[in-house]
Parts: sequence; structure tokens; C-alpha cells
Amino acid sequence: MAGYIVRRLLSTIIVMVLVGVFVFLLLHIAPGDPAAIIAGDNATPAEIVAIRHQLGLADPLSVQFARWFWHLLQGNFGISIFSDTPVITLVGQRLPATLSLTALTIGFAVVIAVAAGVLAAWQAGGWLDGFLMGFAALGFSTPVFVVGYFLIYLFAIRLHWLPVEGYVPLRDGLWPWFSHLILPAIALGLAYVALIARITRASMLEVLAEDYIRTARAKGASSNSVLFHHALKNAGVPIVTVIGIGFALLISGVVVTETVFNIPGIGRLAVDAITNRDYPIIQGVMVIFSGAYVIINLLVDLSYALIDPRVHY
Amino acid sequence: MSDTLIAAAPVRRQVGAARFLRRNIRIAIGGAIVLLMVVLAAAAPLIAGDPNAMNPMIRLEAPSAQYWFGTDNLGRDVFARTLYGAQVSLAIGFSVAILAIAGGILVGLPAGYYRRVDAVIMRVMDGLMSIPAILLAIALVALTRGGIGIVIIAILLPELPREVRLVRAIVLSARERPYVEAAIAGGARTRKILIRHILPSTFAPLTVQGTYVCASSILVEAALSFLGAGVPPSIPTWGNMIASAQLYLGIAPWTIFFPGVALALLVLAVNLLGDGLRDGLDPRLSRRQ
Repeated sequence: MAGYIVRRLLSTIIVMVLVGVFVFLLLHIAPGDPAAIIAGDNATPAEIVAIRHQLGLADPLSVQFARWFWHLLQGNFGISIFSDTPVITLVGQRLPATLSLTALTIGFAVVIAVAAGVLAAWQAGGWLDGFLMGFAALGFSTPVFVVGYFLIYLFAIRLHWLPVEGYVPLRDGLWPWFSHLILPAIALGLAYVALIARITRASMLEVLAEDYIRTARAKGASSNSVLFHHALKNAGVPIVTVIGIGFALLISGVVVTETVFNIPGIGRLAVDAITNRDYPIIQGVMVIFSGAYVIINLLVDLSYALIDPRVHY
Repeated sequence: MSDTLIAAAPVRRQVGAARFLRRNIRIAIGGAIVLLMVVLAAAAPLIAGDPNAMNPMIRLEAPSAQYWFGTDNLGRDVFARTLYGAQVSLAIGFSVAILAIAGGILVGLPAGYYRRVDAVIMRVMDGLMSIPAILLAIALVALTRGGIGIVIIAILLPELPREVRLVRAIVLSARERPYVEAAIAGGARTRKILIRHILPSTFAPLTVQGTYVCASSILVEAALSFLGAGVPPSIPTWGNMIASAQLYLGIAPWTIFFPGVALALLVLAVNLLGDGLRDGLDPRLSRRQ
């Protein structure tokens, strides 16, 4: 177990270094002078020279990378060109909105998706299975922004039940915070729900065909007990795996959702940075989102032993 | 309660006509919709007018006999723009799918066969996979100032690791098969083993994977265009249309509705096709789904 954790941590570190290399190279293999790119179209030659000096562009690429990566490790993501503020400060300001949105989405999505997947497997071949899986296929195929605008049109513009857009911090009250996040969370979570529900159903079907399920039924265990106690526990590993892998879907979705609902989060920060060609922010957000993805999947891998005692590393 | 649970069991044995029909219906429906979209996109210049013609007199008009899908904020025909948008979505979906399959074969075959390059290639792929696809694509487009070619590369690059992994996994299992061992023992050259004996077993899974890549590429292109980091706004795409229509959602919902529905419908059709092909081409998988 300890050996596995060490190996898994090591490969995580290697992957993060590689992510760093990609993100770093992106700016440096692009055509043109990185300093000129960073400085933007309206920069004076003096500004370009200042940036070149600041980035240490005269050094060999490997030295530049080592320095940049060393700064990253210390939480120094560089300074935004547009607002002249450290990237980490900007990210810190935007973090609560993004965390609220993703935490709420994951929370509701996992519960609904697992319930739907278990229900579909239980009724496999029936109309409920057909309905749920049809809905999942639709949810998986409809882009976040189309769902988002549909929800805004129906629940905010026509019915006036929920706010159209924006974000209210939690300290301003639970309902204002929550009501602003309901529609974004549904739009963001739909594809995630569809993905998890499909895997849950497939994994449950496999387990339900096992001999020990027949034994459990034969000894007279109730449906609920068989489904949740015997089957779902054993179907857990693929479900948890897809919750981790599907996190990539959420990250892409966050960028779009925050734009549709005008939520001042990290995704919105990245999109605005593109418009302003603010590369330190783009690089920083890419590293942060990649890191979140890698860490979540590390935790998923390490959780297998907790879910399934048969797993030995 | 317990009798409903037991009722789930016979379904697994129902492998005959009903299942077969259901499986082929998905290919039929998905394929028909995709085909219809291809025909409509190709015939766009014949059916619809100029997608970029502006007419300030007819701004934001509701769908009518003359303008089936209404007009947008610049008085452009939403029907024409939706048809022309299909051209871009289809072209990008198909190009990325074909390139991803080709790339998967080119990188995955050696990765699966030669142990030495395998570790290096797979770590690079792991790294590439960990970067959020949309951010990588956005950054690429922002750095190079766009164009459809760049958008294709930007969607392809984060997608590639999946195909490489798939091909590698197939090669790893194929090289243990007796017919490959026999070919090695018979002294066949490596290139011949790879191309004649191993490559064919990747075709079925890659066809299925290719349809899924096509579907997700169409979604990513739309998202990129929507965010303003995709196809230039001068070209009508579904993402561009929705981006420019978002301010008018309350007064002219059709400007978002029609491209949105077209987009969802096309992606759903391609996904259906993929699901049908997967079950049809790989009976082992179909038992599980």
C-alpha cells in the first residue's frame, strides 16, 4: 500500500511537471517574440524590453523553465499584464464563485446520477430504463451554453422564478447565494450526470448478474438491501473512477457556464484574459485547473481500497 | 418489490430480435440525421440565401413564411446561417475525427510495440490529458490568432491521447496473440507484423471512437466559437450565432433556439451512431451496456 502511494505520488509529480512544460512551451514555441506577445499590440519597444528583462528571456530555455516552475511551486504565478496584479491574487478573488459552483454541481450530480443509474439497471429493458438512458444521451449531447440559455429563458425570463445571471457571495445570505447557482449548476452538471449515470447502470448490470446477488436474493434479502448493500458497493470502483475522469468535463463546462451566467469565477477570468491576451493569467489558470484534475484523480485512485477491500496495491 | 428485481434478469437473455432491432435503429436514426445534415449543409447555397446579407429593416423578426427561423439582430436570415453553420460543424467534426484516428495509429502503434518508447510517450500523453481541453484550445487559438485550421489543431491536440491509449491497448493485447507470435517466429519484419497483423484489429474500435471524437469536436468547436476563441465571427457557425444572439434572448429566443437545437441534434445523432456501432462491432461491449 505504502509503496503504491509513493509510486502514484511520483507519477503525479511527473505529470504535473509535464503539464508545466506544455504550458510553458505554449508561449515559447508560438511564432513571434514571447515578450512582444505578452506586451500586446500597443506596447512600446521600451515595455517589450522591460518584459523581456522581467522574464529573463536571454537565458537558455531550460533555465527559464526551471525558474518559472520554481516560482510556480512557491505560488508565484506571475503578474497580470492587464491589471498589474499578481495572478494568484486574482485567482484568490475568483475562487469562491468557482468553488461554490463546482461543489454544488458535483454534490447534486453524483447523487442524482447514481440514483438514476441504479434505477435504470434495476429496471433494465423497461420504459424507465429507456427514459433515463434517453435523457442521459440527450444530456450528454447538448452543450452547456444551449442548456444554460434554455434554463434562463424558461425559469428566469418567462417564469421569473430565479435570477437571470450573476453571483452573490455566501455571506450575503444562503438563499441569494443558492438561487444564483441553481441554474448554472444544472447546466454545468447535465453532461456529468449523464456520464456517471451511464457508467453506474453498466457497472450495476454487471454486478447484478453475479452469483452472490442471486444468493442474496435467494436468502430473501429485500430489493433495497440487494441493490444498495450488495450491488452498489461492488459496483463502486468504476463509478468513482468516472466521477474523477468526468471532472475534466466540469472544468471545460465551468469556463462556458461562468460566461453564460456572468459568474465572476476562474473560468471567466481565463476567458477575459484571452480577450486581453493576458498570458500569465492564461498560464496560471491552466496550471491550476490541471492540478485540480490531477489531484482529484489521485484521490480517486487512492480511494479504491476504501470502497473495495478486495483491492490490494 | 423483490419480484420487480427478479424481472430484470430475463432481459439479459433477450439477445434476439428485439435487441438486434434496437441496436440497428440507433444506427439507422443516427445515420439518417447525420446524412440529412450533410445534404442540407452541402445544398445550403441552393436552398438558402446569403447568410451574411444584413437588412436593418427586418431586425429580430420572428419566424415567418419568408424567414423560417426568423432574423437576428443585424437582420440576417437565421435559417441560412444555421445551414451554413452546419458546414463548419460537420467539416471540423469529420476532420478532427480522421486526424485523431490517423494520429492515434501513428503514435499508438509504436508505443504499444516498442517497450522503450512506450513509457515516454505515455507520460507525455498523461500530461497532455491533464490540461483542460478547452483551455489548451483557447490558449492555442489566442496565441496564433485563429483560423479554421488552428481550431482543428486546437481541438485535436487534447483529444489525441485518448486514441493513442486505445491503439496502444489493442497492440499490447494483440502482440500476445498466437497469430502474432507465429508471425514473429516465422521471421516477418516488424513493419509487416504491425501493418498486416496488428493494425486491422484497431479498425473496429477506432471507427467507434472516431464517431465519439466527431461528436465531441463539434461540441468543443461550438464552445470555442461561443467564447470568441474559435472560428472568426465573420463565418457563420452555431457557436458564433449563439454568442452574438445572447443579448437578445428575452426578445428574440429563436436566434438562439435554432442553432442550439441544430447543434444538440447533430451531436445526439453522431453519438447515437457511435453507440449503435459500438454494440454492433464489439459484441463483448454490448453485453455490458
